[in-house]
Amino acid sequence: MTDMDVESKPMLKLMIVDDSNIIRRRIERSQQIARLEVVGAASNGREAVELFRRTQPDVVTMDLTMPEMDGVECVQKLVAINSKVLILVVSALADKATAVDAIERGANGFLCKPFTDRQLNDALEELLSEA
Amino acid sequence: MLKEAEIRTFIEGTTNYFEISAQQSATVGSPYLVTDGNPGAYEYTGVIGISGARKGIVYFTAPRGMLTVLLMRMQETDTSDENIKDLVGEVANTISGNARRDFGKNFVISVPVVIAHDLEKVTAPHSRSYVIPINWRTHSAKLVVCLE
Repeated sequence: MTDMDVESKPMLKLMIVDDSNIIRRRIERSQQIARLEVVGAASNGREAVELFRRTQPDVVTMDLTMPEMDGVECVQKLVAINSKVLILVVSALADKATAVDAIERGANGFLCKPFTDRQLNDALEELLSEA
Repeated sequence: MLKEAEIRTFIEGTTNYFEISAQQSATVGSPYLVTDGNPGAYEYTGVIGISGARKGIVYFTAPRGMLTVLLMRMQETDTSDENIKDLVGEVANTISGNARRDFGKNFVISVPVVIAHDLEKVTAPHSRSYVIPINWRTHSAKLVVCLE
């Protein structure tokens, strides 16, 4: 991507949802997409819904196994609030059925943990190609 | 009772975790069966409850030194006790979640419960557990799989 491409496309707001502080910090630190600006992070689905309403992010990374409200339920709620949000599920649940289920409920991509920085950025790039 | 292929699933999940997260391979010793209900633990343990088609627990247990270096290899500068506990839970969660690739969606995993500084609290729900010894750099850890 050239500087011109970056300048011509609007900045997008990113919200990170994961019950692990390490993973939240890792995603924030490792994501190198110039168009993405982190606007907040949540540690469970309930917090995520509140933060989503407040910050209105364009892009969300979403864990699935979380306390209080899991990621699948949270995906559905976020899509109900804004059907245009782009959601990348980032989860250790490696079976195909889980990925398909998340996509069917409104997620746009799936990245399996553990992941490299490269895999994270590739997954985000692919997600943004839909924007 | 675990089949050999099922144990291999957890071994692959463990080596894959270190290979990708730490970008440094771990070696795994020969798995062994513990029948006295006491597979043992190190200073920090992340326990995942398993329900659905299988029932029991999977836990990853490691000493602080190993977890500190692992955090540093992940470019994490905050090596506080909170982050060490977070990491040990995340390792257990990731290895258990990855096992669904072979066990399927009905291998339901809980959020991690972390036990720190209290080795006696780490107990197995059944007498028989499989222990997978893990060696990484100069450190030793274990993955314990205790399923009906």
